[in-house]
Amino acid sequence: MCGIVGLHLRNPELHPRLGELLTDMLCEMQDRGADSAGVAVYGDPTWTPPGQGAVSLLELDLPAAEVEAAIGTALGVPVAVRAVDATLVVTVPVPSEELLAAARAAYPDALVAGFGADLAVLKGVGAPRDLAASWGLAGAQGWQGVGHTRMATESAVDPSGCHPYAVGPDQCLVHNGSFSNHATIRRELRAAGVEFDSENDTEVGARFVAKALADGKDVEVALKELCATFDGFYTLLVSNRDSFAVVRDAIACKPAVIAETDDWVAMASEYRALAGLPGVENARIWEPEPEVVYAWTR
Amino acid sequence: MDPLTPRPHDRHFDLARDSLREVNAALHAPDLEGAVTIDNPAGAHSVAVGLDAPVRVSINGHVGYYAAGMNQQAEVTIDGNAGTGVAENMMSGTVVVRGNASQSAGATAHGGLLVVEGDAAARCGISMKGVDIVVGGDVGHSTAFMAQAGRLVVRGDAGEGLGDSIYETRIYVRGEVASLGADCVAKPMRAEHVEELAGLLKAAGFEDDDPSSYTRYGSARTLYHFTAANKY
Repeated sequence: MCGIVGLHLRNPELHPRLGELLTDMLCEMQDRGADSAGVAVYGDPTWTPPGQGAVSLLELDLPAAEVEAAIGTALGVPVAVRAVDATLVVTVPVPSEELLAAARAAYPDALVAGFGADLAVLKGVGAPRDLAASWGLAGAQGWQGVGHTRMATESAVDPSGCHPYAVGPDQCLVHNGSFSNHATIRRELRAAGVEFDSENDTEVGARFVAKALADGKDVEVALKELCATFDGFYTLLVSNRDSFAVVRDAIACKPAVIAETDDWVAMASEYRALAGLPGVENARIWEPEPEVVYAWTR
Repeated sequence: MDPLTPRPHDRHFDLARDSLREVNAALHAPDLEGAVTIDNPAGAHSVAVGLDAPVRVSINGHVGYYAAGMNQQAEVTIDGNAGTGVAENMMSGTVVVRGNASQSAGATAHGGLLVVEGDAAARCGISMKGVDIVVGGDVGHSTAFMAQAGRLVVRGDAGEGLGDSIYETRIYVRGEVASLGADCVAKPMRAEHVEELAGLLKAAGFEDDDPSSYTRYGSARTLYHFTAANKY
């Protein structure tokens, strides 16, 4: 099953409420997947000070101070590390790709949950409501957030199987459904030099999109190519720091609802995740058509 | 009788306060009659399922999956959108959705009338077995897939694969059909079809439509039997 949610705030007056709204959306979708959860938050000034590069690391059981010292020495700049439950969010005043290279060199066994400017990616195994509380998600701010509640089907229940897959700079992908030809596409991408962190089907979709974007294609073209290449069931939400896009497979049996007002754009697997958003009673609400890419840009 | 005058049997529920189980249990009470209103459904699943009483139920807001499923006798109005499988397996009564319906509206339903005033998504009327469905707007792909009996009226357009592997359901579409599914064909509108369609449109509140502007679709019946001397 799985549940996905996303909220893109157009009205800056709502930015302080991003975490509160995203928490309610995510927790409402716990019924659709309760073995793991994850979120990507764009623009929280505490987790990711504005304008700094950020990397979110998992499976790194070390004190924050030790990681600050190691990466700081490598980069020659002051590094801040915040432990948000099991995720270490590392920020520095250098581009995130540079920070990512230093983090990978220092900790080759760490799992990179995501990287980008102003982007924190938190994920873990456990019930979504418990995880949201342990992250303090309700207090987060920002202009955009996405979330996922997982009911595993294609790979193990461990941190590497949790969504979001934030595998390209500033990017993030969450998936409700399953890909059936992911093993073939993973082999092809590996042959083209793409590295993987897991055996998860969604990671293949995320790496595919990240490669297309890195090759200079826009998100709409990337998602059209994904539709032509991937077999399976999917509703996907793909974000980067400036955009927010939704696509469903041709059969469209995995649910999706989009709602839009002047203040925000939101999507979720089910309407009930959107029912608490301010002004939802006057929102334009619709179900996305199969294989149509819906995209919004900031 | 003035529908606005409260009567002794009328009940009011608020799903922001009352549990769904409590509400559905009250709707299953023996000898239920009168009118029931349900506020703040907030996308909840299975609202007003399994009713079997001559009661009028008004749901004020959007509902989740399977709303009014398995309905018998009741007149259920949803003043909002409905999620997957609204009125699935309805046996009798009426279900009206004032907004749009998600996929599989009226799936497998045996009887009664389902009206979706807005659009219905994919697989509307899949495997319908005798229900009448009237959709005010468009329907999505694979609508009336394996539809066995009953009538489906679409005032707008139909998506890909309309009526694939259809049995004896009669389909009336006013707009464009993106493509017909296997064994579904256009058929002439004879006088009895115009009359039947006029009755369905009237029952659904669209009596101003001109029935002759619709096209009838149904089974070519070529899938009913194995072809003798089948050659592959």
